[in-house]
Amino acid sequence: MRETLLEVNNLITEFRTADGNVQAVRDVSFFVKKGETLCIVGESGCGKSITSLSIMGLLPNNGIISGGEIKYENQAIHALNAEEKRKLRGSKISMIFQEPMTALNPVLTIGYQLREPFMLHHKVNKKQANIQGIELLKQVGIPYPEKRMKQYPHELSGGMRQRVMIALALAGNPGLLIADEPTTALDVTIQAQILDLINSLKEKLDMGVMFITHDMGVVAEVADRVMVMYGGKKIEEGSVEEIFNQPRHPYTIGLLNSVPNVDDPEFELEPIPGSLPSLTEQISGCRFHPRCQFATEQCRITAPTEFEIGNDHNVSCWLVEEEASNNGRAIGVAKA
Amino acid sequence: MVEQLELQKRKIILKLNGVKKYFPIKSGLLRRVQNHVKAVESVNLELYEGESLGVVGESGCGKSTLGRAILGLEPLTEGKISFRDEEIQDLKRKEKLRFVKEMQMIFQDPFASLDPRQRVGDALSEVFSIHTNMGARERKEAVLKLLGEVGLKEEHYDRYPHEFSGGQRQRIGIARAIALNPSFIICDEAVSALDVSVQAQVLKLLKTLQEKYHLSYMFISHDLGVVRYFCNRVLVMYLGNTVELAEVEELFKEPLHPYTQALLSAIPRPSVNTKVQRVRLQGDLPNPANPPTGCPFHTRCPVVKDICKTEKPQWEEYTSGHFVACHYAGTSIVSGEV
Repeated sequence: MRETLLEVNNLITEFRTADGNVQAVRDVSFFVKKGETLCIVGESGCGKSITSLSIMGLLPNNGIISGGEIKYENQAIHALNAEEKRKLRGSKISMIFQEPMTALNPVLTIGYQLREPFMLHHKVNKKQANIQGIELLKQVGIPYPEKRMKQYPHELSGGMRQRVMIALALAGNPGLLIADEPTTALDVTIQAQILDLINSLKEKLDMGVMFITHDMGVVAEVADRVMVMYGGKKIEEGSVEEIFNQPRHPYTIGLLNSVPNVDDPEFELEPIPGSLPSLTEQISGCRFHPRCQFATEQCRITAPTEFEIGNDHNVSCWLVEEEASNNGRAIGVAKA
Repeated sequence: MVEQLELQKRKIILKLNGVKKYFPIKSGLLRRVQNHVKAVESVNLELYEGESLGVVGESGCGKSTLGRAILGLEPLTEGKISFRDEEIQDLKRKEKLRFVKEMQMIFQDPFASLDPRQRVGDALSEVFSIHTNMGARERKEAVLKLLGEVGLKEEHYDRYPHEFSGGQRQRIGIARAIALNPSFIICDEAVSALDVSVQAQVLKLLKTLQEKYHLSYMFISHDLGVVRYFCNRVLVMYLGNTVELAEVEELFKEPLHPYTQALLSAIPRPSVNTKVQRVRLQGDLPNPANPPTGCPFHTRCPVVKDICKTEKPQWEEYTSGHFVACHYAGTSIVSGEV
């Protein structure tokens, strides 16, 4: 059994807005172990990014964690003060973002930005920081690292910038890496390179990785376990094989059937009807029921609870629960 | 043989002949032209009636510039474009209006192309007031019909763009494009900004409209999964050059160009059961202002030979309907064998 690195229990994140408090993350629990990749999948507004910002303590001013707890190596980190949180970021938990150009400082050289974490977290002098920085750039596969140290972000391509971002995130030897859509802005051939890099670094450094994406293809490539979110809630969680081969929640099934398959010419798209709910929308019962073709009276009134169907596969859906109690009667088996 | 006959029977709606688009790079005190970004390099292409042609490639490969050039949004540097046997590249503004009705475009970000202070119904009826002599009531009726056509409701007529979700806005963009019964539509990353569940709905809508109105699409996308689902033929571009063109089935089954093979192998598959052998391309796209000599792909090609560095490969028909520009077309990048 591998050590649990990050544990999130019943997390609720709220935003104060002009229309009152809005819940972006509603009672979400999950964990990440050492050396594994947890993928959080969902469409825009499902709360996946806010979950990661809550963990990092980087919520905007009007956002608060109003319930639940976040534990890193069995230590509660959600209630730390700003200074303690700052120390945690970078040395224990690091994050890489979608658009590396906005995350890098355009007026400072790569070298300056890369030396900073070494000098802050490890208290080394500039010369040593420079050597370690070059070493790190080599590790993330950047050619001519000595030259790159003197260059500015705009001189690098998108893929190179993302590699620099990864190097920056690794500088403090973090135990957990949070990657928020790190390849969405990149071309497929470059995306493949970056995914390979994250995978190999994870194995080499025995990191836990929390990978946030909306792309089912990327999930299949990097994930060990998958958590699917919809409307701020966790709706399904399981190993990557379970989720792709035996998805049980109607939304997960719909999501898989909405992605055209490159290898199957006979593939027919089955879109999910309707559109994504906004956070302010009041929906009774299951948040997915207005778009769900199997919705029953119960779904409209009460929200489903988390239900385990074995193999660490959890689903929040009344139908799955009902079916289990009736022993059989498939509700909707995804096309393989 | 049967297929070939069918190929000949199909009517050509659009023909590109040596289309080039260079953007000048000006610098220095006198803003002299120092160099050119070669966005599109001599493209020869035929588009048939009622088909969907996918155009794929990485960012900066010139696929969007090609689309804009066809519609006349970018003046050509060289080459000819004929639409239904009529050359359209040098037409004056007034003469062009005739073709504007026939050729339309759907953009990636529909919000950016809508006026935030104009009601959607008014924005759509403007199309009719410019191109037709309908009265106000007729226009409103036409717009309401259009809204129904793309899956929106009548009450949406009086709403403002910000009241719509991303998928609905794209539907408005589609409504605008089909308003005048065009025969050819360019979709420039039309579904890329949408969430997958909504993307699937919009793709379905585009397919339904194609069957109903016998539309031809030029579908520009970086998502090969979507292209496979949506298109009949696929054109692959790299650094402004066309590198391969084939029927969708054939291209995915037997890609001839090493770049196409690498591109296909790089797509993340949404399945955990098939583990294909991956070939990773090294390095980044070269700068289109200073493209490599010879074959544009030779700097990243896993099966590069000496001749590739000096001589640019010709755009040739390898098998019937399957065009490729490579000295060693058909060489597998996995095994290195033909």
